[in-house]
Amino acid sequence: MHQWTDIFILGLVLTNFHLLATSRLKAVIQTTVFQAIVLSVIILTITDRPWSPMLLALSMITFTVKGALLPWLLSRAMKKVSVLREIEPIVGYSISVLTGMILLVLSFVISLPLRTSVSMGSTFLLPGALFTTLTGLMMIVSRKKALTQVVGYLVMENGVYTFGAALAVKEPMLVQMGVLLDVFVAVFIMGITVHQIAREFDHIDTDRLSELKD
Amino acid sequence: MTVLTSIANLLLALALSPLLIGIINRTKAKFAGRKGQPLLQPYYDLIKLMKKGSVYSTTSTWVFRLSPVASLAALLIALTIVPSGGMSGLLSFTGDFVFMAYLLGLARFLTVIAALDTGSAFEGMGASREVQFAIIAEVVLLTGLAVLAIGTGKISLTGIYAKLWDSSASSLGPGVILVAFAFLIILLTENARIPVDDPNTHLELSMIHEVMVLDHGGIDLAFIQYGAALKLWLFAALLTGLAIPCRFGIFYLDMPVNIAGIFFTAILIGIIESCMARLRLLYVPQMLIVALAVTLASLLWILR
Repeated sequence: MHQWTDIFILGLVLTNFHLLATSRLKAVIQTTVFQAIVLSVIILTITDRPWSPMLLALSMITFTVKGALLPWLLSRAMKKVSVLREIEPIVGYSISVLTGMILLVLSFVISLPLRTSVSMGSTFLLPGALFTTLTGLMMIVSRKKALTQVVGYLVMENGVYTFGAALAVKEPMLVQMGVLLDVFVAVFIMGITVHQIAREFDHIDTDRLSELKD
Repeated sequence: MTVLTSIANLLLALALSPLLIGIINRTKAKFAGRKGQPLLQPYYDLIKLMKKGSVYSTTSTWVFRLSPVASLAALLIALTIVPSGGMSGLLSFTGDFVFMAYLLGLARFLTVIAALDTGSAFEGMGASREVQFAIIAEVVLLTGLAVLAIGTGKISLTGIYAKLWDSSASSLGPGVILVAFAFLIILLTENARIPVDDPNTHLELSMIHEVMVLDHGGIDLAFIQYGAALKLWLFAALLTGLAIPCRFGIFYLDMPVNIAGIFFTAILIGIIESCMARLRLLYVPQMLIVALAVTLASLLWILR
């Protein structure tokens, strides 16, 4: 099973690079759907024991919230504010991917000493989770559109979720459900905020919000 | 026996490589709904060019005359190292993949320096672009080969390719597929195919490889075109060895599988060329950097 976990984590790493390289918001949102599928499968492949109904339910809920509900909210917000592309990011796409490569190596280096203290079979899971978190952070820092930053937040949370799946093998349900609820509420509110920003200022460029005075 | 089979593979490569370009053109014609040129058209072109005389500009020097012959020679030597599928190449020694990368670099250097030797600003522009993309493409090629060398624990191309889809190296699988993807992008870049460069356009401001050889004619141009076909064969062979996990150990089974894989690569290139538009020049380095990222991911997959 761990072989499969590793392959899915590899898929997660590749989707992160796709997120860093693409400028189209539609493609970015679709990538989060793919990440949701990966996450809901990973929590099934990571356990050594047979699948409990709770685990299957958690997998289903993960997929419904992250793979259907949140992308729907995001694409609805995208249509309402009619922003299709991130045109001028603060950090360009080539540099973003290069930074992503540095982050990937960094997360491997960080997870090397952790490997012995946390035993979980799959050696690729920890760096993959760290890299996903860092990718989300990178997206929040380097993009201008509020919508892309929301996706960055979502990706960051995906990393935390993977991390949780690795560590909380005993009682994952409670932790993950709480996190899922938080994310859902956060994205829900952010979607409304993005809409409000767009209605007030005719754009969702967050760097220009800092110029506002009362 | 292995020497005989590798000589046979080398002769097949020498004989069949222009056919690859014919297959690509035929695939593109089918997609466009045309009948297309004959499959053997590249051979006819080569024969026609062989019969013609050459005209040399008075500004060009011996560098211009040396380049086609020397770069063809470099590509021929590179081809002797490359294994066909799991079968061994004619030459094999420790670290030969670095030698191969340098031979490809030498061939490129000679083409570029001949383009600069003509004194034409237009050819200088093409040379500059070629080198600009090569900077990243060569890094991806060498990183990819290094990944395979680390993964298999062998340091010669023949050793690497023989061990790739061995049962003892089954955990490499996903990493190898990622490297194959990166090699496909490198193949398209190095051979001036469509997402990077359009081989059909002449005298357009965006072309790369065609513009560098504008001043060559006659037998020189024949050498250059044959060299381009050999280079395409070389990269297709590298890719096929990665992507097709068939290792029978019998020449009469391995050889057709390998040749079929290479021809399929040509069809794949034709399909890519029919479905995609050429990228804007600004986006080509970005595509190559993504290929580098994919190679890095496969390196970490193998080191995990």
